[in-house]
Amino acid sequence: MKCRRCGERAAINMRHHKLALCREHFLAWLPEQTERFIHKYGMFGHDDRILVAVSGGKDSLALWDVLHRLGYRADGLYIGLGIDGGLGYSAESQKKAEAFAADRGLHLETVDVAAAEGASIPEAARLTHRGRSKPCSVCGLSKRHIMNRVARDGGYDVLATGHNLDDEAATLFGNTLTWSVGYLARQGPVLPASAGGLARKVKPFCRFYERETAAYALLRGIDYIYDECPFAEGATSIYYKETLNRLESARPGAKLAFYLAFLEAKRMGAFPNGSSGPAEDLHSCPTCGQPTSAPGQCAFCRTWDKVRARLILPEEIAVR
Amino acid sequence: MASATMTAKLRLRDKIYEVPAGMTIRDALHRLAIEPESVLAIRDGELVTDDETLREGEVVRLVAVISGGAEGPGR
Repeated sequence: MKCRRCGERAAINMRHHKLALCREHFLAWLPEQTERFIHKYGMFGHDDRILVAVSGGKDSLALWDVLHRLGYRADGLYIGLGIDGGLGYSAESQKKAEAFAADRGLHLETVDVAAAEGASIPEAARLTHRGRSKPCSVCGLSKRHIMNRVARDGGYDVLATGHNLDDEAATLFGNTLTWSVGYLARQGPVLPASAGGLARKVKPFCRFYERETAAYALLRGIDYIYDECPFAEGATSIYYKETLNRLESARPGAKLAFYLAFLEAKRMGAFPNGSSGPAEDLHSCPTCGQPTSAPGQCAFCRTWDKVRARLILPEEIAVR
Repeated sequence: MASATMTAKLRLRDKIYEVPAGMTIRDALHRLAIEPESVLAIRDGELVTDDETLREGEVVRLVAVISGGAEGPGR
């Protein structure tokens, strides 16, 4: 297969765009498209300070690389979750993120959850009822809180994440199966900042297939962590991705059309004002000051206070 | 008695699959029930499209591209 632009051998074929490109032209195409999406959805400008949440994986490191190439002022945030899984998952991913930043002279902020909060994510999950069998719930809660705190305290204008189209389509698929209107109303390339202190969140890669971000990382020589989080095995989101990929294989462009039609329906008012739930009516957590949907402590502070209390009790009492 | 069929190999993580040479990578993936959308193919260190024909004796590396699972805004 030949590159559409130059006729050289193609490195990637994007069937949904009917576009095959060689290494050189793909590495130019992806940042061009990213810039187009940043403008189209009004994500941020060149004067804004951007905090990129990096995990050491392909999407977030590729995003940071692209923003850097496009001349944006982007720092990174790595959150050490303390996940081992027999392969030193967190330690290895942190090394990748640090090496990436050091090679390019970029600033990486690091937060170690165990050092900051008293326990690693797997320990916290074990000590609380919040996902004792799997730490994904306490992990997501903690990452959201820490990302918002660092973005706010660091004076960043926007928090950027590496969510790709497969992530977005899988989330959309799950929320559509259950008609979770509140979640559907909040899903999109941009989540505006709230008056209560929630940082503006953007997803510049939301229209790239996962194959494209992986191809970009490989072709750019980005050393990312190939291993998946050991707790991801059997996750519903992966099942949804596989299901959508079967559809995509038979109907190229199905995932992209699904997501874009959703965004258009949203733009046309399919989800009326107020269906996004309590986000407009936020309270301030008395412990940390971050916004929370109900009066009193936020879920993060409640969870971690419980973890710390149980850390000093014998385990057989603590888990009761 | 060993088969005289000419073969190529596809390697995905720690698994190696043997398939007849002469078929395309995409056809081989379908035969192995691996979704072509979920992998990228690397031959001799170069990313290649899945319409490439597998050559006798070669090993093509597959890189899995699906990630996620944990609720992950940091991905």
